[in-house]
Amino acid sequence: MATFNLNINGKKQQVEVDPATPMLWVLRDHLNLVGTKYGCGIAQCGSCTIHLGDVAMRSCMLPVSQVGNQPITTIEGLSENGDHPVQKAWLEHDVAQCGYCQAGQIMNASALLKANPKPSDAEIEGAMNGNICRCATYVRIKAAIKTAAG
Amino acid sequence: MTTIKTTYGRRSFIKTTALAGGGMVLGFSWLAGCKPSGKEAALTLPKEWFNINGFLKIGENGVVTIMSPNPEIGQNVKTSMPMIVAEELDVDWKNVIVEQAPLNTEIFTRQLAGGSQSIRQGWQSLRMAGATARQMLREAAAKAWEVPVEEISTEAGVLQHKNSGKSAGYGEFASAAVSIPVPEEVKLKDVKDFKIINTSRKNVDGLKIVTGQPLFGSDYRRDGMLIAMITHPPAFGLKLKSVDDSVARSMPGIKDVFTINTFNEGYERQWCDTSAFPELVVVVGNTTWEVMQAKKALNIEWEKVSEPENTASYMTKMAALTAKPTLTPLRKDGDPAAAFKNAAQVIERTYTAPFLAHNCMEPMNFFAHVTAEKAEVVGPIQTPEFVEKTLSARLNLPLEKIDIQMTRMGGGFGRRLYGHFVVEAAVISQKMNAPVKLIYTREDDITQGTYRPAYHVTYRAALDTDKNLIAFHLRGGGTSDSPVHPNRFPAGAVDNYLAEDWTLDTNISTGAWRAPGSNFIAGAEQAFLDEVAEAAGKDPIEFRLALFDRAMKNPVGKDNDYEAERYAGVLKEVKEKSGWGQNQEGVSRGVSAYFCHNSYVAQVVDMVMEDGKPVVQKIHAAVDCGIVVNPIAATNLAEGGMVDGIGHALYSAMTFKDGVPDQSNFDKYRLIRHSEAPKEIEVHFVKNEIDPTGLGEPLNPPIIGALANAMYKATGKRVYHQPFMGDQQPLG
Repeated sequence: MATFNLNINGKKQQVEVDPATPMLWVLRDHLNLVGTKYGCGIAQCGSCTIHLGDVAMRSCMLPVSQVGNQPITTIEGLSENGDHPVQKAWLEHDVAQCGYCQAGQIMNASALLKANPKPSDAEIEGAMNGNICRCATYVRIKAAIKTAAG
Repeated sequence: MTTIKTTYGRRSFIKTTALAGGGMVLGFSWLAGCKPSGKEAALTLPKEWFNINGFLKIGENGVVTIMSPNPEIGQNVKTSMPMIVAEELDVDWKNVIVEQAPLNTEIFTRQLAGGSQSIRQGWQSLRMAGATARQMLREAAAKAWEVPVEEISTEAGVLQHKNSGKSAGYGEFASAAVSIPVPEEVKLKDVKDFKIINTSRKNVDGLKIVTGQPLFGSDYRRDGMLIAMITHPPAFGLKLKSVDDSVARSMPGIKDVFTINTFNEGYERQWCDTSAFPELVVVVGNTTWEVMQAKKALNIEWEKVSEPENTASYMTKMAALTAKPTLTPLRKDGDPAAAFKNAAQVIERTYTAPFLAHNCMEPMNFFAHVTAEKAEVVGPIQTPEFVEKTLSARLNLPLEKIDIQMTRMGGGFGRRLYGHFVVEAAVISQKMNAPVKLIYTREDDITQGTYRPAYHVTYRAALDTDKNLIAFHLRGGGTSDSPVHPNRFPAGAVDNYLAEDWTLDTNISTGAWRAPGSNFIAGAEQAFLDEVAEAAGKDPIEFRLALFDRAMKNPVGKDNDYEAERYAGVLKEVKEKSGWGQNQEGVSRGVSAYFCHNSYVAQVVDMVMEDGKPVVQKIHAAVDCGIVVNPIAATNLAEGGMVDGIGHALYSAMTFKDGVPDQSNFDKYRLIRHSEAPKEIEVHFVKNEIDPTGLGEPLNPPIIGALANAMYKATGKRVYHQPFMGDQQPLG
């Protein structure tokens, strides 16, 4: 067990956990931020995507001990009122079916647009390939990303 | 206008009316449905609610809460079912709050997500719930205003009496409506007067989903809650022999390690109690990560109870069964043997498909708090009513002492019909005497499946010298389940017809998987018909239309399980919308049509090959599922069903070696990803006034046929064995 001081969604948080604990479980079990989802635990599905700084990361394989001072953003902190352009586009296209993977899709898409504000279709596909949607809403996800890109 | 007797479900109406009298009756604070959490959707909540019937309550300010009775697995019933109630109640959708109903068999019927039946079977009772409440409000107003009830009209939540100029919002009469007797019969709206049904309404949980609010079973938490995980045998055919838990027990945060039996000895299991591994090792602790670590530290010995199976051996066994001279005949028309003997040409083809895992993105989980007096369980389950019975038997508690609350589900696809994990959670909670959330790891989820069975079918078709189809024969089966539907097309359209089947026992647990049976046989049949049409020298759409024409004008047999006219209707629709016959350079096209889950679907797939890989450029789909309740969501579900079908047909398989699953996570289990999805999809719904039918499943099966037929056009090679691109490595 060790104590970690984290900066999550602009707030300072202190947790006492095993240093190997992945951020996914720190968020879900210790901080009650359950928007970040468990899907595979081996960074293959993208359901647990968060931002470390501005970069999309799979939180299921990111040990808390490696976070250091870097700010973390989760789906709960992406915007105050659900009005981030990507969230708005998701609502406009009514993307979700079951909805479970969508937080990870949105976090991945918002990191993509930050790095590349006008991605091509191929760039969207390449950047989003690590995020599985079992309901297969891929066509709408792509359309929503394009809407968010403007 | 249709008048219906309110007898259906009347018991529940009377019961809840008697209970009603203002105030909240049912408390589900955590699950408070779609209480708006964003600025845009903010509604002023009423000070008091009046329960009009089990489906709805109205606040003094006119805000209405509608209960969504059925489990939500992503098929969007939590939005579309309340839309139906709101339509007949005649309220403004803006003033509606939706809440997920708990299991309550006194009020609701068929609280089940399965068979694409929620809307179809809920249609009448949902309409009646709204119409009854509307009638009670009108009667309350008529009484107060001392005018005949027939003179009171409604519009968007407002009662009006034209002659006197009086009007009032529903909220003003909600209290009085509670004491109005439930009407004996009510009038339903004409389809042409619908204002909410057949208009696009966004997902009521949309904002919560995109902002990461707790909605799913795995998000549920309770003070003092412990986390539990199970370990099951690593292979089908094994069971627990002994556990050495000395290391696991001493690890940080671990509360207990023990074994459980999911079912009592001598218990006769129901259909939804499928579980290959009823005896499990359980680790309970404070946090998920701690329990995961302790689980890995268990030292378990297993012993053999039945022969472990291999993919290679069951494929051989299935082929032998299909080739058996005599099988169970399911339907025979004419004299197929003679027709085949005298045929000018016989085409024979065999199709296979592997086991599939469901892979809901949210792995199996459930919350349970069981005490000596009662059991409270919360989580994602497609069959709450059935699981309640299993829990009652296992915990030795009467049904009324079991409270089941349904959360939104991170996918179902049939996996959550089988609720062994609910019972496991309850047994663990009982043993720990504490609230417990059971969580499966992805590996637990994939390797303890209720898999889509493996299937094998051989089709034969006979053509005469004029290339007419004179006989049709299919024989096939699957592991524990046969996919052969003897009365489906082309039965009824061919003079000489024979359908036969078999099943093969396996110790690998199998169950329903999105469009059971159809998810294989539709693709096989539609690919085979494409080859037969080609052999007959006919256009594949014209070939099918000629068969439907025959089935309409002069059907063979009596039990044909389809309406040929509607079947032909979707095919004609897709022909027109896709511009069939106008070939595009370099684009290959395949077509299919199928009827299952009471709905008709036809599809055209446009494909190009890039670097030896099939890329679907566009899908045109035509669907006849009667009245479409919520077009935006219906289109979404249709799109997803097709992409899901394409993905599994191209890439997915569950294989076994000595009973051990070869795939245990998404590094080996291949699912379709963004870059492989179709580039564009157009869904066209046939407009009619037929009561709505299924949509969650019917789009999925036939797309495999259209895909296979397009692949043939693109490559010159027919594909018979799923997954068609089985040699592709997973992308990650």
